Amino acid sequence: MSATVVRKRSALTKGQLPKFAPYIVLAVALIVGAAILALIGFNAFGWGIVSAILFAVGLVSWSGAVEGARKAKDKLATCLVVGAFLVALLPLISVIFTVLVNGIPGLITPGFLGTSMNGVTGAYDNKAVEEGAPVLGGIYHALLGTIQITLLATVISVPVGLLTSIYLVEYGNDRPLARAITFFVDVMTGIPSIVAGLFAAAFFFAIVGPGTKTGAVAAVALSVLMIPVVVRSSEEMLKIVPNELREASYALGVRKWRTITKVVIPTAISGIASGVTLAIARVIGETAPILVTAGFATTINNNVFGGWMASLPTFIYTQILNPTSPSNPEPSDQRAWGAALVLIILVMLLNLGARLIARLFAPKTGR
Amino acid sequence: MTTNSLTTSQGAGRAGDKVFSGAAMAAGCLILAVLFGVALFLVVQAIPALTAPAEDIQGGNGFFAYIAPIVVGTLIAAVIALVIATPVAIGVALFISHYAPRRLAAGLGYVVDLLAAIPSVVYGAWGAAFLAKEISPAYDWLATYLGWIPIFEGPASATGKTILTAGIVLSVMVLPIITSLSREIFLQTPKLHEEAALALGATRWEMIKMAVLPFGRPGIISAIMLGLGRALGETMAVALVLSSGVLTASLIQSGNQTIAAEIALNFPEASGLKVNTLIAAGLVLFVITLGVNMIARWIITRHKEFSGAN
Repeated sequence: MSATVVRKRSALTKGQLPKFAPYIVLAVALIVGAAILALIGFNAFGWGIVSAILFAVGLVSWSGAVEGARKAKDKLATCLVVGAFLVALLPLISVIFTVLVNGIPGLITPGFLGTSMNGVTGAYDNKAVEEGAPVLGGIYHALLGTIQITLLATVISVPVGLLTSIYLVEYGNDRPLARAITFFVDVMTGIPSIVAGLFAAAFFFAIVGPGTKTGAVAAVALSVLMIPVVVRSSEEMLKIVPNELREASYALGVRKWRTITKVVIPTAISGIASGVTLAIARVIGETAPILVTAGFATTINNNVFGGWMASLPTFIYTQILNPTSPSNPEPSDQRAWGAALVLIILVMLLNLGARLIARLFAPKTGR
Repeated sequence: MTTNSLTTSQGAGRAGDKVFSGAAMAAGCLILAVLFGVALFLVVQAIPALTAPAEDIQGGNGFFAYIAPIVVGTLIAAVIALVIATPVAIGVALFISHYAPRRLAAGLGYVVDLLAAIPSVVYGAWGAAFLAKEISPAYDWLATYLGWIPIFEGPASATGKTILTAGIVLSVMVLPIITSLSREIFLQTPKLHEEAALALGATRWEMIKMAVLPFGRPGIISAIMLGLGRALGETMAVALVLSSGVLTASLIQSGNQTIAAEIALNFPEASGLKVNTLIAAGLVLFVITLGVNMIARWIITRHKEFSGAN
């Protein structure tokens, strides 16, 4: 007798789909999707899309029949929201996959990281394609250029950005000047990178002479992009330093500037450092500003203040758009993807580094 | 007698205070000066192009005939990017803020942020080498069956290097911007509003429609505007993906050009008046993005005052 009672559904869950309903619909959608794709030619991407649509339609119409329109609408919204997330993952996976597949052959070529493009002409690339000779040339000059330009940009941006954020938090007091700076820093984050490059170019054309293109010009262009990021992140970090620390310091008779340099900044240093690292990660991949300010070079240039300079992003750009050998672009493509892989690894390491810094050097809280 | 390093600097104290506050203020003023300088130097270098005789400018019809088609091209690419990115971004933001399991949400947010970490030139290379090739059959299909709509007029580009492909790549690049800003706004929705809606028997979607979206609307709008600013100024995705040409209504033929890509493609080899013309084009881009960003920031600040969300 009790068996019948157990089998009967509770009045509370009446008119609801069973918990396992989505799994059933998913299984059916996958099978039907595979069947449909088998008729028109199977591929995994199409299978995923068709199955996802079938799943959404199946679940929503089943829910509409059993649970009513409101619940069905809720299910539809859930399907769309989850679908949006999956769609957003597609390009990420695709980009990383493409770069890995195309970049690894370039990266494992001997001498790729240690040689420049000096003297590597189309003739060598033709030979590499036609006779199977090894692909010559590498990214050493570009890597060196990227490091020099980014380093100089960091040296310019960090003091300016940090001092500005100190002004905003410690001295600003919501004065008109502070409000204007906050507003224009926000606006500055939206300056297109190529306009920043044009500004640096126009500035140096006017000051030094037309056609001035050096690593330093590129560094100025990158600092225009980097300063607002540094200001914003440092400002947030200085703001969360507890006021009690400042007041305790003042109560001991310590000057304001000593308080800032000895108490406030050390407390916030982990956040500031990780913000700076993120800002570096942001500008290290910028192409357009370097393109219009540093020109292209195929040789190693150790002087930031003189001569054209290569960088990883512009190296990728020129190798794709103007292959070393126009008739056989494959070696150039291989080098470009290898450089892209190196660039992505650099950016990811910087991002990871920022998280590590934030965690390792975080002020000890609690007791 | 031991001395405290914090309090020994009696004489240097007053001067140090002055110097330090002065330096901090100078740094702030420097930023204002830089922004002012951006505008000033662009204007100074652009004037020769604006005042030059019409036949000296590329195309031979003066600066405005030169700039008008690429301004329209820029707007087309940006609009395509936003049309694709906005619904997806809001969906992703809702997923992370209200649908994903709590434990996973932070990690998933980081995954979406990774999209923003990938350099633009890599997106450009991906769009040119992978996406354009994969998507060109879809363009053939569009040209065959929807060719009667002007924007899908055939014949479709065989290489797939069209403004629509560029727009899709741009949409991937603005997606993380719109997502992260909307997510912040959605997370600020007053918990009581949400719980009140759920307690009255609303489904999760009804709760989002009644509590989360109305609260977040100004934030979403400004997020979209900031995404627009990014899409307008993005260079590499267009320069590498689009095979540019004259202004065309069809999105699936090669043609059209954007300001940023025009500058990137021509500036390295430019000389003389051409440099001034390109800088003037940059000035136009600067003014457009400045306007868009200022409106976005204005919406955010106004929203902050009214909502009490912070």
